[in-house]
Order: sequence, then C-alpha cells, then structure tokens
Amino acid sequence: MRERPPVTDWAADFDHLDPRWVEDPYPIWQELRDKCPVAHTERYMGVYFPTRYDDVRAVAYDTEHFSSRRIVVRENPPPRIPAPPITSDPPRHRADKSLLLPAFTPDAIKRHEPRARAICADLIERFAAKGGCDAAVDYAQEIPVRLVAHMLGLPEEEGDRFRKWIYEILVAGITEPAVMMRAIEETSAYFATEIEKRKRTPGDDIISYLAAARIDGEPLAPEHIIGSLRLLLVAGIDTTWSAIGSCFWHLARHPEDRRRLAAEPELIPTAVEEFLRAYAPVTMAREVVKATTINGCAFKEKQMVLLSFPAANRDPAMFPDPDRVVIDRAENRHAAFGLGIHRCIGSNLARMEITVALQEWLKRIPEFQLAPNAKVTWSEGTVRGPRKLPVVFG
Amino acid sequence: MVLKVKVDRERCQGHARCNALAPELFALDAFGNAHEIGDGRVPAGLEDKAFLAKANCPELAVEVIEGEGS
Ligand code: HEM
Ligand code: SF4
Repeated sequence: MRERPPVTDWAADFDHLDPRWVEDPYPIWQELRDKCPVAHTERYMGVYFPTRYDDVRAVAYDTEHFSSRRIVVRENPPPRIPAPPITSDPPRHRADKSLLLPAFTPDAIKRHEPRARAICADLIERFAAKGGCDAAVDYAQEIPVRLVAHMLGLPEEEGDRFRKWIYEILVAGITEPAVMMRAIEETSAYFATEIEKRKRTPGDDIISYLAAARIDGEPLAPEHIIGSLRLLLVAGIDTTWSAIGSCFWHLARHPEDRRRLAAEPELIPTAVEEFLRAYAPVTMAREVVKATTINGCAFKEKQMVLLSFPAANRDPAMFPDPDRVVIDRAENRHAAFGLGIHRCIGSNLARMEITVALQEWLKRIPEFQLAPNAKVTWSEGTVRGPRKLPVVFG
Repeated sequence: MVLKVKVDRERCQGHARCNALAPELFALDAFGNAHEIGDGRVPAGLEDKAFLAKANCPELAVEVIEGEGS
C-alpha cells in the first residue's frame, strides 16, 4: 500500500481516508460547506466532493452526466464488475431493479421480522450476564449477516467468511486491487455453486428466485445473478451493521435519549430515522461521463464524484441544527438511503433490523454506557460505522 | 375546506415513508412504490398525518392540496 501525504488543504487536496476524516468528518464538511461547497482532490485520479444537500441531490438525479458504472473511489480502477442494479444506468436500471423490488417491500420484509427478533434475543442471551460486551462486534455485526444469509437461504454461521469478502471488496480493495479481485473470484465461485443447487432443488429464498427469474422472457445470465447476489451481500451487511452500531454509540453517550426510548418504545421508529440522518453510513460515488456544471462548479469528464449522503444529511440549509440528534425530529427528509433511482432496495429491511435491534436490547438492557477507557474505532471508505464499541451494562 | 394527498409517481422512488407514517392515506404497490388511497381525500382527524408524510418524503413526491369541498 502506498503512503499518502497528510492533508493540509481540505478544499483542494482532501483525502477521505485521512485518519482525521475517518475519526470525525463532520467539522471538516461544515468548513467546506461554508468555504468551498464542492471540494476537489487530485488524489485517487481526481475526485469531487459536494457537501450540500442540494448539490448531492442534483448529482444523484443527473444520470446523464454521472454514471453508476463506477461507484467506489479507488487508487487504481479495477476492471468494471457489474453488480446490477447498483452499477446499472438508465435505461437498463429499471428492469434490473424491478426484478429485486418485490422481495424487499415492507410487507415482504415483515415476514422476516420474527427471525430478526430471535437472532437479537439469542445474541443478547450470550452476553447479558457478563456485565458488558462489544456492541459493534458481539451484537450489531451479527444481526444483518445472519438475516441476509437467512433471506438468501445460506447457512447463518457463514458470517466470518462473508465479512472477510466484504472487507476485501469494500475496504482493502481501495488500495489493493489484487485482494479485491481474489474476493470477486471467490464469491463468484461460491454463488455459482449455490445457483446450481437451487436450480435442482429450489427453495423459498432469493437465490432460488433469481435462478428462475426472467427479464423480457429471457433467463438471467449467470454473471447477472452472481453480480446481484454479491451486491446483496456487500450492500446488506456492513451498512446495517454500521447503522446499528452508531445507534448504540449514540445511546451509550446520551442517557436522556436512552431512557426516553426505553420508556417510550413507540418512538423508536422515529428515532431510527434521526440516527440514520445524523450517522448515515453510506457514501457512494459516480463517474463523470460527460462534463457539466453543478451550482457553478465545473465537473470534468472521467473524474469521480464522492456522493456523500452523510454530508447532505448534515447540511444546515436542509436540517435545522443538523449536528444535534433530535430523536423526535418531525420533519426529516434524510438521504441515508440515497436519492433518485438508486434508492436503497434494502431500506425497508434495514429499518426493520435497526428497529428490532434497539427494541430487543432496550427491553433487556435499558442501562448501559461506554466502558471506561473504551477505544472506539470507525471503519473507513464507503461505509462508516463503529467497529469496536465496548460498553458496560447498568 | 378539504385536504387531498397526491403522490407524484414520476418522483416517487419507494422510500415508503408516507405509508409508514400515514397508512390510512398511502398504499404501496407490488414494487413498493406509493399511491394515494382512493381519491386522496384526507378524512377529518388525519390532516396532521398528511403533512407529516409530506415532510418526510425524501423525493418531494407527496403533495397536500387544499381545495374546496365537493
Ligand atoms: C442502514 C443500512 C443501509 C444503508 C444506509 C444503505 C444505503 C444505500 C444507499 C445510499 C444506496 C444508494 C446507492 C447509490 O445511489 O448509488 C443503496 C443502494 C442499494 N442498497 Fe442499500 N443500504 C443499507 C442496507 C441495505 C440492505 C440491507 C440491502 C439488501 C439486503 C441493501 C441493498 C441495496 C441495493 C441492492 C442497492 C442498489 C439499488 C439501486 O441501485 O437501484 N442495502 N443503499
Ligand atoms: S415517501 Fe415519497 S418516495 Fe417514498 S414511497 Fe412515499 S411518495 Fe414514494
């Protein structure tokens, strides 16, 4: 891995992997919003960074100039690996997405809620008597990996393997293309085997569904199915893990919010929206495929754009007092799940998982706080959330 | 005065906020995209929910129209 020099000018030479950005990006973004709302860097072969809600929305809506064929900013672009629909542009995008949507409506997701509750209860049982746990490692990270496995019809115990692949694709792969390509090959082989199995004996799961699905009467190419499955794995796990972890990071440090939610569980869904706003985990990217200007700033072809829904969610022009977490915020058009045609397919699933994770925990462990001298660490790159979060109960 | 809600189906991307906050006024189709229930007329007592749905739609797809009764 190549060393990158430290940043001295966030407006003209930012680095989203700089330790200060990873630790606490919000003051940096506010400074940029005031000074230079679309920052730029020559690092990573050239990237723009819009910090205002309106500009993030404008880029997300403009699929003519901003393509999803590359969605992660990397040091060396690897060959493009399709993961429909997230890497699809119009007009293909609609068919690729419509295929998956029925499995992710609120009603379809409700079917999985009992499984989610059972997973949370089992996890809590393991550490409830120990007086403390790592809320990121022992709880948050285990919930989505098990539920996604459940929905795909894969063994729920394969979590370590799935997380290793996700880490290699999303994090290590930013600077080490070979690591990413190995993970792509391994996941392709793994899913190819699973698809063959479901073709022989279909089950009530998403792999069986995709193995039998058709677009315009044609079965899907194996690469299409594999790409979509890899996407569900990569998009469904770290994201939700991070969102759940951030809720606990907040509640461990804000006893007044924690007590209110324990006393008024019916407020939890509203609070979840506010946690999603304030600690939105996902920053996407786009490739500029045609030069254009947004809000007076020129965007040059072939450069990348970091599409920071987290920065949009902290824009004071859109959210009064944006750095304060107001768990009963009534007006909340947050963009944590994206804006426009690529709206997260898993949004209903993620909302259910986060809500259930909070309900089941607060029912059993209403009082907890950060462990003394706890060293909380945060992930870097596309998905931001706590990766170590030691808490003590009581 | 009569309130009506209306979903702009071109803008709606299926965030499902309207349906979560005001299930009496908004329904979702098989793909999770929203439409107003019936002619969108807001029954008495549900006015706040209509405005709440509008205030939480990230795509600005929910309209609340104030009109004359008929
Ligand atoms: C809190 C958790 C999550 C967050 C914050 C999140 C965030 C996002 C965002 C911001 C996008 C937009 C991408 C873009 O504009 O390029 C997206 C897309 C997507 N997400 Fe999620 N996501 C979460 C959980 C999930 C889950 C649980 C799944 C599925 C199991 C999932 C599957 C997808 C898929 C398939 C897309 C692509 C949709 C498209 O391109 O049309 N996500 N997500
Ligand atoms: S909240 Fe807005 S985008 Fe979401 S389903 Fe309702 S109308 Fe559509």
